[in-house]
Amino acid sequence: MPGPAGHVTIVGMPEAASLPVDDPRPPRKLYRSSDGRWLGGVARGLAGHLGLPVIWVRLAFVGLFMANGLGALLYAAFWFWVPLGVGGVGEQKQPLVGTATAPDGRRRLLARRPEKGQIVALLLMVIVSMVFVGSVNLGSAAKAYLLPAVLVAAGVALVWRQADNARRARWVEVGRRRRTLTLLRAAGGVLLVTAGVSAIFVLQGSAAHLGAVLQAALVVLVGITLLAGPYLVRMTQDLSEERLMRIRAQERAEVAAHVHDSVLHTLTLIQRNADNGNEVRRLARAQERDLRTWLYKPEGTGKDEADEPDTVAEAVRRSAAEVEDKHGVPIEVVIVGDCALDERTGAQMQAAREAMVNAAKYGGEGGAVQVYAEVEGRTVFVSVRDRGPGFDLDSIPADRMGVRESIIGRMERNGGTARLRSVPGGGTEVELEMERAEKTS
Amino acid sequence: MSDATETNGTAGGAETAGAGAAGGGGGRHVRVVLVDDHRMFRTGVQAEIGQTAETGVEVVGEAADVDQAVTVITATRPEVVLLDVHLPGGGGVEVLRRCAALTADTERPVRFLALSVSDAAEDVIGVIRGGARGYVTKTITGTDLVDSIFRVQEGDAVFSPRLAGFVLDAFASTDAPPVDEDLDRLTQREREVLRLIARGYAYKEIAKQLFISVKTVESHVSAVLRKLQLSNRHELTRWATARRLV
Repeated sequence: MPGPAGHVTIVGMPEAASLPVDDPRPPRKLYRSSDGRWLGGVARGLAGHLGLPVIWVRLAFVGLFMANGLGALLYAAFWFWVPLGVGGVGEQKQPLVGTATAPDGRRRLLARRPEKGQIVALLLMVIVSMVFVGSVNLGSAAKAYLLPAVLVAAGVALVWRQADNARRARWVEVGRRRRTLTLLRAAGGVLLVTAGVSAIFVLQGSAAHLGAVLQAALVVLVGITLLAGPYLVRMTQDLSEERLMRIRAQERAEVAAHVHDSVLHTLTLIQRNADNGNEVRRLARAQERDLRTWLYKPEGTGKDEADEPDTVAEAVRRSAAEVEDKHGVPIEVVIVGDCALDERTGAQMQAAREAMVNAAKYGGEGGAVQVYAEVEGRTVFVSVRDRGPGFDLDSIPADRMGVRESIIGRMERNGGTARLRSVPGGGTEVELEMERAEKTS
Repeated sequence: MSDATETNGTAGGAETAGAGAAGGGGGRHVRVVLVDDHRMFRTGVQAEIGQTAETGVEVVGEAADVDQAVTVITATRPEVVLLDVHLPGGGGVEVLRRCAALTADTERPVRFLALSVSDAAEDVIGVIRGGARGYVTKTITGTDLVDSIFRVQEGDAVFSPRLAGFVLDAFASTDAPPVDEDLDRLTQREREVLRLIARGYAYKEIAKQLFISVKTVESHVSAVLRKLQLSNRHELTRWATARRLV
């Protein structure tokens, strides 16, 4: 006795399935841009926020700078208060990191190299400030303090940029090698600030006490570190642990939502098609494949079905999945290595797909179709093998173009080779070999 | 991924076993312990392979987590353990670690055959490096499973096409200089054998193709397994680290 159609109740199913997946658009918030910035990313962030060209904002800052250095103050304030974010509004999803396919076929994250523009900008700033200092008459007393002030400012800027980088590194995961560099930079910043402050001190005329004061300051500093250090360490540890837990919980909720949703869907379909064995098998296989990609893929997403495949492995997997779904014959795929698709390998993939279709159509009763793809050096090799009845290539009438044109012809036209081995009663194997095109990117 | 071909045991393998050892349940007998945290699954496997008279497999114990598994295996001393990879208490790798002494025993070794629903590289390579003699997925059919169990009992390795693919992948980057360090590296012949396994050939078919005996194929496969467990070359380590295996 069938229940009400389309209504499935599963006792004891957790509530996680009903988690809100997409929350409403976040309110517009000002971020400094970490991408393509020259100094602190303030101008870029502002430009993104206001929807203005970046150059306008930069010019405005320079203009304001001329007005008694107001621009610099403003910039500093922005730098201080506005958090570093990704892009401006409108380019929020711009990826910070690019993925590139390494020669060995695995995907790697690439951190962007710092742009030359930043160095140019810093030099420009120095020159502008020199001109500014040279042209503006401040009076000799103030002028004496200028150099130390610049020193302090430079030190602060160094350390703050550093903090930004540390923050960015959390997303980008910059390699460990750079840690020494960051330490050096921090030390440099501290040195600059100390020098500046000391200079101001000296200028004030209390040079005699400098040593004693520095010592006292050091003692206080050490004391504070000793007192507050453990708390600080504990706090950061707690914080990172908490963050980890939150990420885990989020991930779990996501998995639960995905699994429940798709499994429920499949179960419903299976209930409706319980009598149709083929359909049930097809559904189960599709579901299994889906879950597998979702659970075991290193990249985790596995949801980019819409766009075209751009590597050999992806193309083979895609074709196999499609043929499997269409013909209901399980296709087992083993892939060794990977490389980007080019024109030749693209043709090879089409030939391979044709071979899979043939194998599924004519050799499907013998069990799973086996697909093996290997990228070794410049050669891409694909073998499609079934355990069906097999056939004799010579006995196929000349007007049947399937194998001859779609597989053998296509491979030869593109400079590859196709071999067909078929033993009547012992299955068929199609071997496709192709050299990759010279230019790979 | 699929039923029939997950072991090499398929058509060719079964015939081999039939030719070599006595076929059916005839002369052979093996004592097996089932380790899996899903009771339903244990019951299913038991029902499928547990008819000792027909299959020659006798299930002498079951366990649902790592501690139980170690206790049961030590107490019953089976010849083959069917080991799930994901277990409460540390997983199959932990069981392997704690039973290392039993596996190393030369007189009556306990051999492990991993039986998992996952065919992810990290799971497969993880338990193989832990010392399992084979790896099959849960979609395997009853007859193939029985065949794999006997294969493992005889000391052979059960390599699925996927497993062969993973191994080839792991050793692929070290392909350039083929001769030096030949103790650690796969020989040309071993690579050939692995490649054919990855293409879905059964041991017997490989033997025919390469004009060698089935026994030679098996020894090549065992050599690969040995290298996989013992090799500490940088590439493999790095590869494993990149996939969060170690």
